[in-house]
Amino acid sequence: MRNFLTAMTALSVGAMASTQAFAQEVRNPAAEWEELWNTVIIDITIIGVIMAIAAVWMLIKYRATSPDQVGTAKRLTTVQAISFALIPAAIFMADDFYLAAKGWTVWNAYRRVPENAIEIKVTAYQWYFEFEYPDGTETEELKMPIGEPVVLRMTSEDVLHNFGVPEYRVKEDVMPGRITYIWINPVEAKETIVQCAEFCGQNHSEMTTKVSAVPREEYDAWLAKIAAED
Amino acid sequence: MSTPTTTTGHAAVPAWKEWILTTDHKRIGILYLVGAMAAFGIAGLMALIIRLEQMELGMQFVESGTQYNGILYFHGAVMILAFLIPGLTGFAANYFLPLMIGARDVAFPRINAFSVWLFYFAIVLALLSFVVPDGPDIMWTGYPPYSVTTSANTSMYVFTVHLLGFSSILGAVNFLVTVIYLRAPGMGWNQLNMFVWTTIAAFVLQLIFIPVLASAVTLLLFDKYLGTHFFDPTEGGDVLLYQNLFWFYSHPAVYVIFLPAVGILFDIIATMSKNRIFNYKAAVYVGIWGTVGISGIVWVHHLYVSGMPDWIRLGHMVTTLLISVPVGILTLSMWGTLYKGAITYNTAMMYAASCLYLILLGGLTGIPLALPSMTLHLSETSYVHAHFHFIMALFAAFALFGGIYYWFPKMTGRYADGPIATVSFWLNFVGVNVTFWPLFIIGKEGMPRRYWDYEMFKDVQIMGFYFEDFHKVATIGAFTIALGMLLPTINFIYAAFKGKPAPDNPWNSKSLEWTHTASPPGPGNFGDTDVVLDENWSPYEYQK
Repeated sequence: MRNFLTAMTALSVGAMASTQAFAQEVRNPAAEWEELWNTVIIDITIIGVIMAIAAVWMLIKYRATSPDQVGTAKRLTTVQAISFALIPAAIFMADDFYLAAKGWTVWNAYRRVPENAIEIKVTAYQWYFEFEYPDGTETEELKMPIGEPVVLRMTSEDVLHNFGVPEYRVKEDVMPGRITYIWINPVEAKETIVQCAEFCGQNHSEMTTKVSAVPREEYDAWLAKIAAED
Repeated sequence: MSTPTTTTGHAAVPAWKEWILTTDHKRIGILYLVGAMAAFGIAGLMALIIRLEQMELGMQFVESGTQYNGILYFHGAVMILAFLIPGLTGFAANYFLPLMIGARDVAFPRINAFSVWLFYFAIVLALLSFVVPDGPDIMWTGYPPYSVTTSANTSMYVFTVHLLGFSSILGAVNFLVTVIYLRAPGMGWNQLNMFVWTTIAAFVLQLIFIPVLASAVTLLLFDKYLGTHFFDPTEGGDVLLYQNLFWFYSHPAVYVIFLPAVGILFDIIATMSKNRIFNYKAAVYVGIWGTVGISGIVWVHHLYVSGMPDWIRLGHMVTTLLISVPVGILTLSMWGTLYKGAITYNTAMMYAASCLYLILLGGLTGIPLALPSMTLHLSETSYVHAHFHFIMALFAAFALFGGIYYWFPKMTGRYADGPIATVSFWLNFVGVNVTFWPLFIIGKEGMPRRYWDYEMFKDVQIMGFYFEDFHKVATIGAFTIALGMLLPTINFIYAAFKGKPAPDNPWNSKSLEWTHTASPPGPGNFGDTDVVLDENWSPYEYQK
């Protein structure tokens, strides 16, 4: 019994240690998204192609040759009937759990914010976004220093909005009364856009602004310049 | 000159009055069909305006974002609530379910008539949104706080939902009682047509879930006009409450559309391939009822980016993926019904065969959307838009059109098949692919739904093409579909009066609506003798 407890303790300590090691490594959700996309597309293409070939083959092969002809499929026995339900169900479930496990791993990349992430507050209005940096500077576009994870804490002052950055493969709703978050890992220099992706009224299609990842010096200089202007 | 009288001595009523005041389930079915097709036509025109507006960057066709949003609202709400649901559970169920179970009418014919009246009132109310100064612009989902703070008329949306909800609940009770008590003597549960099973499953869903939607939109009404704060966080309310209530109904509503479409498809395929349903019991008890069972615990996949807690998003990832089990079993049964069949091709079977493609494409493209991590990017893009059009809108509409061609000889005594029907089928089939494939591609790169402009993407290229190029292709596809839908409408009207006469059972089906009734069936459906069946009878038994 004591041996067993010791073994379990060792196991759990080991597990915790590896989780910590895991957490320290800064992941790249956008890249993992792309990998998962490829996996899922291959998965559904295989199923789709098999089923499509089977359908086309049967639609051609089993054409009636005379109007009186009837189908000749045999009635299933009880064992066959149950097998034709259980075996496919098992195959579908196996694929479901495989995809769920993959999806869960990437989900953790998206939702576990690295500890030292720069925190920027986002407030959405009809129809623009406002950003507040750690030093209190407020802007209407988002700049991030390359290689430093950024976490956005978001809320809305009026209706539902959504903060979506297609290039970084991420979006999350922004709403009054709650604070939601996303985090971005800007691994390289990039200039892209954020769009509102939750219907918010007349100018929903125009609710957008610039998002860019720039070197640290440029980022500091930019913030200092805006602070000086205020 | 004497007043014309009927055989029983009452004064004859004019034809229009006879139609409006009818309690005959077949006429009520036709009334649903006419209303649903009218709604489909108008909402289809809205789709063309949407496609024209998106064809080029900037604003060309509409005058303001609000007008565009009003058109989007109308297209979505009317297609789902006034075309697909009434077309399948109104028209098809009313006309054919009693015939299939050997009943002379539904259990409560007058309540049935009231249902169709409510449906027409709802269509009128929806159409009024074009006439009133501030028509609804809140999308078919009506999310607060926007639907509460907008100057537009949210109450028209709420009352349209109420009317259609009452109509569906009355229909649900009516049809469930009909199937339970009015089946022909000798007809056991395992001898029902697949369409009967899928329809009662759809009505069970309506009965359970509509009250939840009704409560959600009613609270919206209170918030906007009576000053309550159910969805207002500044006064202690919560915006997420509405989204949960709304999708708790509206995801099962997808199956209210999907299941009867599957039922029509099974009946067409079995009849045209003269084959029994492959693994009938698995299809019914695992496929149909498994879908019903799971439908109430997957709604959060509509809220994957709504700021719900992480654990519930992951929980619903698993339940959502598990939908593939019952739907997969249904799909296998469809495929299996073709196996060793004797397939005859006609317009109905061509629509059915194309539905096999649509269910594969639409179903499988839903698998990435079942994963919250994928949806963190794909949500609210035109990828989602293309996915649900394939699986819900196009699959169900193609099944319904197939059903109309299949049952047309029964309803009118004439065929609707012919060169126009074939040409329009191919226009539709090519059209839907040309319209929605480009939307998958640009959706994956971020093209948002519900936008009239996409200026921010003007420099983004995919395989050397801009978003604008993809939108242009999609717009060409939309007009192809428009032509493919206009032609059969004219064809249906022409064929109903002048088409080639058809015998009572032109497809040599074994199902009751073909074997035991005239085309079209007279009052009381089955003439003077009641239908009585033995335990070996089955609507799908061709090998004798």
